[in-house]
Amino acid sequence: MNSLNPINQSSTISILPVGLTHFLILSAILFVLGIFVMLTRKNAIAVLMGIELILNAANINFVAFTRYGAVNLGGQMTAIFVIVIAASEAAVALAIVLNVYKRFQSVNVAEVHALRD
Amino acid sequence: MPTLFDICFYLFAATIVVSAIFVCFSRNIVHAAFSLLFTFFGVAGVYVLLSADFIAVSQILLYVGGILVLIVFGVMLTNRVTNIDIRAAIRSRIPAAILCGALLFIIVSLLVGAHWITFKEPPWGASPWNHDAVEQAINPTHSISDQTTSHGTAMELGKLMMTDYVLPFEVVSIVLLVALLGAAMIARRDGLSNE
Repeated sequence: MNSLNPINQSSTISILPVGLTHFLILSAILFVLGIFVMLTRKNAIAVLMGIELILNAANINFVAFTRYGAVNLGGQMTAIFVIVIAASEAAVALAIVLNVYKRFQSVNVAEVHALRD
Repeated sequence: MPTLFDICFYLFAATIVVSAIFVCFSRNIVHAAFSLLFTFFGVAGVYVLLSADFIAVSQILLYVGGILVLIVFGVMLTNRVTNIDIRAAIRSRIPAAILCGALLFIIVSLLVGAHWITFKEPPWGASPWNHDAVEQAINPTHSISDQTTSHGTAMELGKLMMTDYVLPFEVVSIVLLVALLGAAMIARRDGLSNE
């Protein structure tokens, strides 16, 4: 059997033995950078890149909890579904962006106000 | 003494963070799209470190091979290359930076303060990074028990996908089909709106 002895990690974080907290902090940094991209960019495709960064951060969390927790691959299954949803989201969003560009000759999200003429 | 695992983690983490920062601050949207490539590769490396081999391969196939190509196509199709429009307009960064810094501080302080109960080995089998596997790779005559050999997660994931997760699997396949059909329909040059 696997050694399922819980190792109680101390609350003070140390640099070297890389554990669950390191992956979670990496994911938090990626999430915040994605939020920053979404807030500061005006280009619709750049906003889409921010969304992809956020989804990647969520996926790192899922996989890290699968590795270090006792959730028995459920997190990895969720990560697969997140990847598939991200793919379909990117396809639909880019189709919409192409249509917006056809109508407004711009993909600036600050300029596109109207849903119809 | 840092192990190989630690060194690889910090290498991939540095790749991810630096290229994501470049996505944030690059003035050229094409450069941002290509630095997103390095972010996705770094995330795939992190999945390998977390012994999630199937997810890592899916990440490279779907994100790098699919989503990133879609994004680059979108960039190329919606920017007039000769125009100044290719440079992404930047909104006021200072309030966003303050907001994001506060958010990062809150999240990291919560994460560091939390008391996680972690397990040394993944629940589905031995990690390829554990001590016995490394020792066996270095010295093949060193006999180890069968439980410590890792077969990867692809087989287990396939079994789960056909048993416990069969309903989400079918639903997500329908979602993918509908999304791709809808995207093709929306992006059609002579759409219904023109009639």
